[in-house]
Parts: sequence; structure tokens; C-alpha cells
Amino acid sequence: MTDQSAGESASGALAAGTRRRALAEFWHYYSANTGAVIGLFVFAALVLMAIFAPLISPHLPQEQFRDSLLTPPAWQEGGKPMFLLGTDAVGRDILSRLIHGARYSLFIGLVVVVFALVSGIVLGILAGYFGGWVDALIMRVMDIILSFPSLLLALVLVAILGPGLFNAMLAIAIVLQPHFARLTRAAVMAEKNREYVTASRIAGASHLRLMLRTILPNCVAPLIVQATLSFSNAILEAAALGFLGMGAQPPIPEWGTMLATAREFILRAPWVVTFPGLAILITVLAINLVGDGLRDALDPKMKRS
Amino acid sequence: MLRYLLHKLALIIPTVFGISLAAFAFVRLLPGDPILALAGERGVSPERYNELIHQFGYDRPYVVQYLEYLRQVLTGDFGISIATKRPVLGEFQALFPATLELATVALIIAVLIGIPAGIFAAVKRGSWFDQATMGVALTGYSMPIFWWGLLLIIFFSGYLGWTPVSGRIGLQYFFRPTTGFMLIDSLISGRPGAFRSAVSHLILPSIVLATIPLAVIARQTRSAMLEVLSEDYVRTARAKGLSPRRVVGLHAFRNALIPIVTTIGLQVGTLMAGAILTETIFSWPGIGKWMIDAIGKRDYVVVQSGLLIIALIVMAVNLIVDVLYAVINPRIRVQ
Repeated sequence: MTDQSAGESASGALAAGTRRRALAEFWHYYSANTGAVIGLFVFAALVLMAIFAPLISPHLPQEQFRDSLLTPPAWQEGGKPMFLLGTDAVGRDILSRLIHGARYSLFIGLVVVVFALVSGIVLGILAGYFGGWVDALIMRVMDIILSFPSLLLALVLVAILGPGLFNAMLAIAIVLQPHFARLTRAAVMAEKNREYVTASRIAGASHLRLMLRTILPNCVAPLIVQATLSFSNAILEAAALGFLGMGAQPPIPEWGTMLATAREFILRAPWVVTFPGLAILITVLAINLVGDGLRDALDPKMKRS
Repeated sequence: MLRYLLHKLALIIPTVFGISLAAFAFVRLLPGDPILALAGERGVSPERYNELIHQFGYDRPYVVQYLEYLRQVLTGDFGISIATKRPVLGEFQALFPATLELATVALIIAVLIGIPAGIFAAVKRGSWFDQATMGVALTGYSMPIFWWGLLLIIFFSGYLGWTPVSGRIGLQYFFRPTTGFMLIDSLISGRPGAFRSAVSHLILPSIVLATIPLAVIARQTRSAMLEVLSEDYVRTARAKGLSPRRVVGLHAFRNALIPIVTTIGLQVGTLMAGAILTETIFSWPGIGKWMIDAIGKRDYVVVQSGLLIIALIVMAVNLIVDVLYAVINPRIRVQ
């Protein structure tokens, strides 16, 4: 009994050691890409900004300063130091709205990726593992989803479900999900006839165990990269839906929705348009930099060169 | 080759039915009543309502409605728009050239800049040109294009006053469309200034629509070239003393072309999605704006048939890309 537990804790320590070494190796390759490191720092800053939004934003996002409508940014003529990036048409502080908007965008990205990832993995494993008609049925449905332009399909789905933030997230997740299903299926099909899978099947592992514990962990790398790409995609698509009036509804300070309400002022007050879009661009760019870094660090082909 | 084509077609048929079924189902799932939408503000009496329901066939079982819809589509009848009372196919045909012109010009811009930029970046790997190009490409890839369009309007239309804000051509120029492509129509109209006006209307939307495909094509070209440039046959060609131009242009680029062509083909979906945003920002009278308006007005017939037509176009292009792929890469055909 004691022997066994000693052995278990030793193997646990060993696993922890391997994991630490794997992590160190991963960081070695990841940090070789300067852009990826910068992207990671920007992303971390955005996450902190979103978490501590109420503490760092100078004003409330919905607070209207009736005597300061369309105030230009502080450095421009007519700007006020209390509104660093200016105010919008009803006198709300743009900086405060952008800081709170980070919460929505990151939340959207997270929810969409989790939903798309989980459903895509489940469908992909089922298709790849069982093959036959299960595979044919699932993959044809994925083909159908992919043959509609993503934004158009998301728009129609939102029209069915009703405009709003949650429905927009659901629609985007449905649109992005086939990529995960396809990736998982391809990886599962490549792995399922390997010796180690056959070995555990002969050892009596159940279908569920074979799918989730034996095969899935070996398909993770491409899924991580795809998840990062989908995260930035989800933010862009949600902003586009917001911009078209089908996503988050005003007065929610979602960046795309802010752009939609700012459109009529583009020539009179360009700052109302400039900053929300810049926030989207910086966020998406940071995540894509991280994605590129992850792809390089996780791709065994790149390690050799 | 024929077998390969037939195999591809066989795979597509269930997808086509699936698409038509999806478009049919989406529209039945849309909230609101098509007859009340048709009647508009004035409303409709209960008798007239039942009459219309019967006339449009909405009282029949869904299976019958779907089969009837399929039969109509196969005979080229895509229904009558609820909002305009005109045939959907006619509206589509009138608006599609605008989108096609915009998308074609955007794709030409993306290919003409993206491929050379990607090749040079790969050949000069690690140079400042490579880093700058890839930096710009990643920025373009991350761009919210609806914002990008607004920025261009602020700068070029608002600040410099160089380009108009919306439409396809100045209002003073009016002529019957011959080809539907404003660039060509304005040229053959012979009206002085018409072509210039058409170009100045097209330039900003096409830049906006080209942004993401350009970035994707440049990135893909670079990585495909890098892969090929490290192959043995390229080293052999270099060792034989061929000029770098010949090695890159003939030996490397031709083999890198396969993933590049696939990437370009995949941009058609991106262009269609981008057209929705671009046409909305620039009031470009194409099918992207048409679909947005139809969704807004709950014009079910247009949404249903528009979805179907657009998905079929995307699929047809993907099929063409698959065939091209087999033409450039003989290895595919055998499999």
C-alpha cells in the first residue's frame, strides 16, 4: 500500500517535472518571436483593463455630461483634460466607454470560442472516430454552414433569434464551429489507427475513453491555434454585427455598436469613430500576434529550422 | 480527371440540397408573419389574410412547400420580392454586376499586390522588407473593415475632398447599363468625365474590400514560397547556376502556386461577407446591401433566395478552384 502511494507520488512529481520542462521548451520557442511576446503583453494589459474597468475608468460609461457634447480629445483645440479621448454625441466619455467595452469584446471572444471549441470537438471526434454515415452526416452539415459567407449566415441567424449580444455570440459560435469540427476530425482520423490506440482498445478501453483520454490529447496543438484565431474572429464578427445594428444594442459600450451610433458624426467629429475602431484593431492584432507565435511554437516543423 | 470531377460533383449534390433546405428552414424560422409583412402598414382583413396564405401556399405542409420551392428554383423561379413585388431573380441580376465589379477589382488589387509582396518577403526572409510586409499584412488581416472604410472616408472624402462618399457614379451621368460594369459602361458611353467619376467612386470601396484578401494572400504566398525554397530541387536549380530570377520565378513559384490558388479561391467567401459591410458603408447598390435591407425589412423571399444564390455562387467557385487545383497538381487527380 505504502509502496504504491510512494510510487504514485513519484510519478506525479515526474509528470510535474515533464510538464514544467515542456512549458519551458514551449516558452523558448514562443519567445523567439518578438511580435508574439508583444501581442501577449498587450493582450494581458487588455484583460487587466477589462477586469479592473470600474476602478480605472475616469467616468461611468453611461454618464452623460450634457454641457460637453462632442468634445474633441484633450490634445485638440477645445478639448478638456477630464475627457482624454473626447466625448460622444450625448456627452459620454469615450475613454471610459472603451475601457468598459473591453469587457464585452473579451467576454464575447471567450464565450464564442468555448462554445465553438466544445461543440466542434464533440462533432469532430464523433465523425472521425465512427466514420461511415455519422461522419458523412456531420461533415455535410459542416459543409453547408461553410458554404454561406460567415457574416451573412450570422446575420440571418441573429435575425431568427432576435438582435442582441447573447444571440450574436451564439450565431458567431455556430458559424465558427465547423473549423474546429474539421480539424478535430482530421486529427482523429490520423491518430485512430496508431499502435497506442489499438493497444488501449485491446486493453478494453471504452469508446468514450478512447475518444477523450487516448486520442484527443494528441490533437490539441492545431485546436489551440484555431481557438486563438477564432477568438479574434469572434471579436471582429461581433463588432461587425454591432455595427450593422444586429449585435449588442445601445447604450451597451460594445466597440462595434459604438461605431454604429457614431457613423453620422464621422465628418464633424472624427474622434467618435476613430477610437472605438482603433480599440478593435489593437485587440484583434494582439490576439493574432499571439496566434502566430503559438502556431510557430507548437508546429514541430518550425522547430527544426 | 473526369472521375475526379464526378467525385467532386457527387459530394456537392447533397450539400446543394442541404443549402436549399437550410435557406428554406431559416426563413420559416424567422419571427414575424410574411403575409402581415406583405400587407404592410394598412393591415389585412381576416378573409383576405386566409386568401393570401392560400395563394402563397403557406397553409400547406412544410414538406410540400419545400418540394414546391425546389421545383420553382430548378425552373429558375426564385419568387417575388415581398417589398418591391418584383421577381427576386431580376433584382439579383440587376444588382449582382455592382458587387461583381467591386469584388473583381478588389481581388485584382489583392492578387497584384499580395503575390509579389509575399514572394519578395520570402526571398528576402528576415529583412526589413519582410518584417514590414508581414507587419502590415497582419494589421490588414486584423482590420475591422467597416471602421477602415469610415477612416478612408474621413481622410479622402472629408479632409482632402478627393473622392465621393457613396454610390457608383456621379448623378449627372445617366445611361442605360450595357454590361452592368460601371467602369466599362462609362467608357463606352463616351461622356467626358464619366469614366473618371466611376473610378473615383470605386476606388475606396475596392481598397476596403481588398484589405483582408490582400493580407491573407501575401501571408500565404510567403509561407508557400518559404516551404518550396527550402526544397532540394530548388537547391539543385541554384547549384546548376540558374539565375535567382529563374529559380524563384520558374522552379519555386510554380510549385508554390497550388496553396496560393486555393487561398485565392477561398477569398470568395471573404469577399461576399466583406461586400455586406463595404456596400453598407459606401451605399454601393450591390447584393450585400440588398441582403442587409431584405433582412431589415423581413423580406423572406429575398432572404431565402438570396442566401441560396450566394451560397451556390460560393460553392461553384470552390468547385472551380478544386478543378484548377487538379490541373496544376497532377498528384491530386490520381487519388
